[in-house]
Parts: sequence; C-alpha cells; structure tokens
Amino acid sequence: MRDVAIVSFAQSNTAREDRNEVEILIPVVQEAVKRSGLPRGEIGFTCSGSSDFLQGQPFAFVMALDGVGAWPPVKESHVEMDGAWALYEAWVKIQTGEVDSALVYAFGKTSSGDVAEVQALQLDPYCVTPLWPDADSIAALQARLYLEGSARTERDLADVAVRSRRDAMDNPHAVASGATDAETLLAEPYRCSPLRDHDCPMTSDGATAMVIVAGDLATRLSERPVWIRGIDHRIDPPALGVRDLSRAPSAERAASRAGVLEAPVDFAEIDAPYTHQELILREAFGLSDGVRINPSGGSLCARTLMSSGLNRIGDAALRIARGEGDRALAHATQGPCLQQNLVCVLEGE
Amino acid sequence: MAIRCGVVGIGQTKYDAKRIDVSMPGLVREAALRALEDADLTFADVDAVVIGKAPDMFEGVMLPENYLADAVGASGKPLLRVHTAGSVGGSTAIVAMSLIQAGIHDRVLTLSWEKQSESNAMWGLTLSPPFSVAVVAGAGGYFAPLIRSYIQRSGAPEDVGIRTALKDRQNALKNPYAHLRIEGIDFDQIANSPMLWDPIRYLESCPSSDGACAMVVAREELALKAPRPPAWVLATAMRSEPNQFPGRDAVNPQAGQLAARDLYKQAGIGNPRREIDCAEIYVPFSWFEAMWMENLGFAALNEGWKMVYEGATALDGDLPVNMSGGVLSSNAIGASGMVRFAEAAMQVRRQAGEHQLDDVKIAMGHAYGGGSQYFALCLFGVEKP
Amino acid sequence: MSEEAAPVTYIVTPVRLEYDHSAGNAATLFLRGLAQRKIIGTRTGPGQPVLVPPRGADPRTAELALEAVEVSDKGTIVSYSIVRVPSENIHFELPYVCINILLDGADVPFFHVLQNCPLDEVRIGMRARAHWVPDEQLAPTIASIEYFEPIDEPDVPFDRIREHT
Repeated sequence: MRDVAIVSFAQSNTAREDRNEVEILIPVVQEAVKRSGLPRGEIGFTCSGSSDFLQGQPFAFVMALDGVGAWPPVKESHVEMDGAWALYEAWVKIQTGEVDSALVYAFGKTSSGDVAEVQALQLDPYCVTPLWPDADSIAALQARLYLEGSARTERDLADVAVRSRRDAMDNPHAVASGATDAETLLAEPYRCSPLRDHDCPMTSDGATAMVIVAGDLATRLSERPVWIRGIDHRIDPPALGVRDLSRAPSAERAASRAGVLEAPVDFAEIDAPYTHQELILREAFGLSDGVRINPSGGSLCARTLMSSGLNRIGDAALRIARGEGDRALAHATQGPCLQQNLVCVLEGE
Repeated sequence: MAIRCGVVGIGQTKYDAKRIDVSMPGLVREAALRALEDADLTFADVDAVVIGKAPDMFEGVMLPENYLADAVGASGKPLLRVHTAGSVGGSTAIVAMSLIQAGIHDRVLTLSWEKQSESNAMWGLTLSPPFSVAVVAGAGGYFAPLIRSYIQRSGAPEDVGIRTALKDRQNALKNPYAHLRIEGIDFDQIANSPMLWDPIRYLESCPSSDGACAMVVAREELALKAPRPPAWVLATAMRSEPNQFPGRDAVNPQAGQLAARDLYKQAGIGNPRREIDCAEIYVPFSWFEAMWMENLGFAALNEGWKMVYEGATALDGDLPVNMSGGVLSSNAIGASGMVRFAEAAMQVRRQAGEHQLDDVKIAMGHAYGGGSQYFALCLFGVEKP
Repeated sequence: MSEEAAPVTYIVTPVRLEYDHSAGNAATLFLRGLAQRKIIGTRTGPGQPVLVPPRGADPRTAELALEAVEVSDKGTIVSYSIVRVPSENIHFELPYVCINILLDGADVPFFHVLQNCPLDEVRIGMRARAHWVPDEQLAPTIASIEYFEPIDEPDVPFDRIREHT
C-alpha cells in the first residue's frame, strides 16, 4: 500500500447560512488547496460527498462543480455519502497509482429542511418510512436499548454533552459550545426520551475540504504530514430489529481492519451525533478511559450532515499536525443508528 | 503498479416501464444473483459492494443502498454508493475496478440500478427549486438545441437521427432484456412519430425504465480461474467539466475528448476506429451517436454522421455501436452506464447471444451524464493486458 | 387471517418535505434585478466575462463572481428547439420555442422561451428582446420575464456567434 497523508484541511460550519452551497464551498476549497502547497491544476483527482435529499434538489453536486476549478476537465467522482467516503474513494484512487494527490470535499445545508424528518426516508420505504419516525426518535430507541442493557445512565449521556460543549469552546468551527453541568442539562425536558436536546446534534450548514497526497510528495509539501496508516469501512444490516442496536459491529470491524489496536491512540475524533452513540462507539473501539474523545467538541457541537464525518477526520489531522498528538482514531458514521462506519488511523511521523 | 482486473460475472434485469413484479430489493437482487451465477459464486465470495444510482428523488428513498445492504449481501462488508448523474453506472464500475487494481479486495460486486417508476423521473429531472434562475424544459429541452447546433455545424442530413434510431431499435429485437422492442420497426414509423423537441422525435428518444445491472470484478488470479473467460479491463478513464462557462463547447465537450484520449493512451491504441471492434455508448437521443463518434475520435470533426450513413455503426459495419439496442431501448437512468460497460464486456466474453458479434477482441463501454459534462469510459479485451 | 386475502404487492406512500431555500448572493442579485426590470449578470472582476444567470462563481477558475453587471434585455439567438411536449414549469401553448440567447453584454447564453414568431422563421442569428410582465407584476422571480420575442434588427452572421452555438 502507498503511504498517503493529509496535507491540508479546511471547514466551515454555521447554524444557518444565507449563502448557497457553492458560495460556502469556494472559500473552503480555496483554503485547503492553498494550504496544501499544490497548485489546483496539479491535484490529480477530485471527489466529493453530498446528498440530494438533504439539499432538496436532484443532482446537488453538479452545481458544486462550479466552485472547485474543474477546468480544464478533471478526473472527478462523487459519492452520495458523507465526505469521509469520498476520502476513501480518493485514497483508493491513489493506491491504484493512477494519481498522486486528491482534493476531497463535502457540503450540506441542514437548515433547509427538517433534517431529522428527511432522514426518515433512509429507512425501509415499505414498512417503516410511512410511519415517519424521524432520526431523533430512531436514535432514542437505540439510546433506550443501550441504557437498559448497560450500567450507563442518562447522567453519563449528559456528561458527554458537558465535556463536548466545554471542549467546543476552543473550536471556532463549532456551532454549540459553553460551560454547563450535568444537573442543569438533566433538568431540561426530554426531546424524545431518553434523549434531551443536549443529547442530539446541533445541526449546521457548511462545507469541508481536504487535500491528500502520496508518499514523497507529502513530505515535500508538509513539515508534518498526517499519515493515513489504515482506513476501512463496513455496514451492518438495515432492519432495526435485526441487529443489536446497543452495539456497532461494523465500527468494531472497521476499527480492527484499520489497525486501531496495533498501538495505543492519543485521542479519538468520533462522529457520534448523539451522546449515547459516543459511548457505544467508545466500547466498539476498545478505547481505554484515558483516551481523550472529541477534543473538537465532535459532531454533537456541529453537525453538517454529509460532511461531519470528514470533519472528524480533518479535526484529528489538524491536531496531529499541530503536534498535539501522534496517533489518533478518526471515525465517520452514516445511516440510522450507526449502521455504517468508517475508521481511519492517523499518525504524525 | 495496478493489479490486473477482469469481469467474471454479468447480470441484468429485464428492463421495463414499471417493474411492479419486484420491490427495490427484488430488482437489485435479480441482477446481483444473475451476475454471481454467471461467475459461479455466491454472496459469501464477495469482499465489497459498490452501488451506483442517480438522484434519490427517482425512488423517494434517501441513500437507499443503506436499506439494501442485506439484499446485496453487503452486511459486514464495505459498501459504497456512487452518484455521478447519468454516467453513474460507468463511474460505479470504475470505482469497483479500482478496488481490485489497488489490491484492496479480491472480488467486488458492483451494481447500478434505478426503479424510477416508484417516483416520477420527469419531475425529478425538471425539479425547479424556488429562486430558480433558469427556465427548465426537461432533458430533451436541454439537449435538442445542442443537436440543432450539431446539424448546423456539420451540415448533416436531417434523417441521421432516424437512421440511428432504426438501427438501435432493430438491434433491441435481438436483446431479450431490452425494454422497447418494436417488432417490424421501420424508417417511416420513426419518421412519422411525434416530434417532441425539434429535431428529436418520440421514437428517437429513450424510454423511462426500471432496471438493474450487476458485474463481478476479480483480481487476475481469480479471473483466470473463473468458469467463463473474463473480460480483461484494459483501461478506464473519467473526466468532468462544469456545465456552463464562457467558451464551453457543449456539443463536443472537452471532457469527453480528453477521457477518450486518456483511455486510448493507456491501452496503447493509435487508431481507435480500426483497433476497437465495437462500442456500447450512451445515446439517449439518437443524434448523439453521430456526435459521440466525433467526441470519441472515431470520426473527424463534423463527419460523425457519415458513419451512420455508411452503415459503419450497424451490426455488420466496421464499428458496430449499441448492439444491445442501447439507451434508446432501455433507460433505467442509474443503470444505463453500467449496462454499456456490461454489454461491451459481454461481447468480449461471447455471451451476447443473438446480438453477439464475431471476432471481438476489444470493446468500449461509454457513459455520460449531466449537461454532457461527466464522462466514464472503459475498454475490455479478450487478451490479458 | 383469511386464506383468501390477496397478498399486498403495491402501496402508495406519499412523501411531503418542506425546504427553506436560500437564494444565495448571486441569485439574489439577479432576482432583485428582475424586479427592477433589469437583467443582472456577474463577473469575478473588471474586464472578466459576464455570466448570466449568475451562479456565484466562474466555473473555469472557481473564483467568486459577485460583481454585478447589467446586461441588455435583447440579444442574439444562438440555438433553439421547438418543443411539443408539456413541461412542469413552462405553461405556454404547444408548440413553443425554447432558445439559448446571448444577451448583449453577456458572455454565456441564457435559456428561455420565444413567442410571437412563426415556427418556420426561428433561426440561429436572429435578434430578440425580453417581453416583461407589466410593471405592477414585476417581482424577484424569473417569471418577471414572460418570454422573448423577435425584434427588427438584422441577423448576426453565424461566424460572429459560432463559438456560442
């Protein structure tokens, strides 16, 4: 396998944008390309992630092409998935030897529609979607199962929120942040029991871009390239009653295949839009209590659907590039109740 | 150094206006099971699944592949969903091939599909969001002026589209999977069919179909052991360009030209017209065959229509095009690109039945999408590269 | 369950989703211009090509294109098609003509509809002008331009517009 590194990353998340998707994307892509040190025309492959239903428009990614410099014509592809999977496709392209570098980007405006409701369309269209169970309700089912089957309590969930929001105060790209405590949060009413507002993601509008390059090129471009030592993704069965929702087998498997267990990690950026999911994933990854989770505040504090997974990977990469850690686990999720998971292991030097 | 990759199994569904005999999982499994059977494999032998489809509005399900994970044997495995508009079937196959070429997996199942009767494809293609700055007249409304431009530039006779449609529709009669199979189809029937968007007539246009197409791609050692000879992947290429900017040529797009040149260079092809034996190319309105012949370098500028006139692209011509009846005969939008690749691979593997050509050594698959802006191409060969 | 109950093989599941769309800066410039009976394009900077309708960027360079430039509401038809099938969004009597028109001052063609012209007289190179809705109906919407119609100016020779056709 070729060594591939992340050499730049840029993101934008706002509670609500008036700009359209292309206008949000352009400065983010420009920043990522500029920081990479590679002229746009020399980046070998371009790959993006987005969702038509999130945007409320078919072919959403077509307009975005205006904002990424696709002239002269470029080698380009798109996945109807979180940008983390666009990163995966780009990583694979580099592994074939066909290209040495790639621009990866993703975007979404969660404020346009009722994002929890839109996600009901991801379920079984014959028997489940017609009941319109929104994403919060589905997540709450999982949270209930998890709490009943483990020693965890609603307070443990609140603790995740407290810690995330406090850490998010240091993240200019977080949408929710602030100092609070578990008692205050637990005094709030349920949104969808056992979940309260603080257990659910703060949705946002935004875009994300990243440049990855192979081998020697990475060391020439960056003082401290962030190497993707392993990357893998898996999916679990869709039917909610078929699998044990209090676990994430696909996350466990992806982590194992990505080589997470080969050496200890200094921190992890986990794409857990709901508090209980962080706990489920922490167990899935076998992370000891000493490992810091989501120093960025995580997807709880800024969730631009379709790019939040890529944001976790980018946030982890930036931290390593700054020297605040040498080895990290970064994760992205998609689908109801952690159905699909991608894990990568990042290392500086 | 990329690992050699071969197509070892191919499966298609019957394409039809409404496949109400199957659910979405049923539709994709029909193609997947046929591809696996063709390769003498089961789902357990597959390492990863790559699915392609056009806009989710066509079925009213968001990220349907998540829901279909079980149906395509993907649980516990990596699953990707590609969406590059009309070219998606082609780009999906290319992503699957990359996984093999990169040495990441040994066998990948790739599948492209559309069950557009579930929703309304016409609505999906003309969806006009609020604050729209454009007037939208459907796919035909977009492409018809381009065809008018081509006719003006090339001086082509007005019946080129009819002749091409006649060829594709006659070919479809030899393809049991095709949606539109019009017995006794003739020139006059096409010429007299209603004009939709001048100069495109009803019978010069593609239908709206439900359907799925699947392929199993495998690494060299496994391809050599497959029960039937593989179609070796000689080269793949993709290029994209924005759909409107000053100086853009939407009739003969640069992205298509560059993708073709890249493809030929990789495969060491100096004279495509002579060295490529046949092609399955994405022709949703019959005039596009003439236009793509130029875009792909098979004909000189403004002379693509002559290939149609000479019969060069007929089954007995020197470069048969769309032996299967093409997109003109079946258009499940998400699937069509992969159907092109599959039908090209079928020619190389000598499994195209009644529409099989003699002596095919190299076949091309081509897909395009958007405002003629996304291109995905592939060359298959009998000989291992 | 009755043995005679037929299996359910078909259901209709209506989907209704509401979205709040933001026009974005580029579209806002354009739409507000229409409300003033003006056609506004944008460019990345002085001397750069004018794009209309504006989409926020020059796709060749991915630079933001938000400098407003008013273009004429008359121009040259660079391609066309006679449409004989109904479309969700266009409500003219069939058949009607849709056109790509290069407005004077713009560098990319603009897609719209032509009326008040016999079908056999439509041609590439023809001059046409926007027919606006009455002033009291002007609003920030593309519908402020009702259609285009031919004007009495000589055709532009094909060679002058070749690159746009």
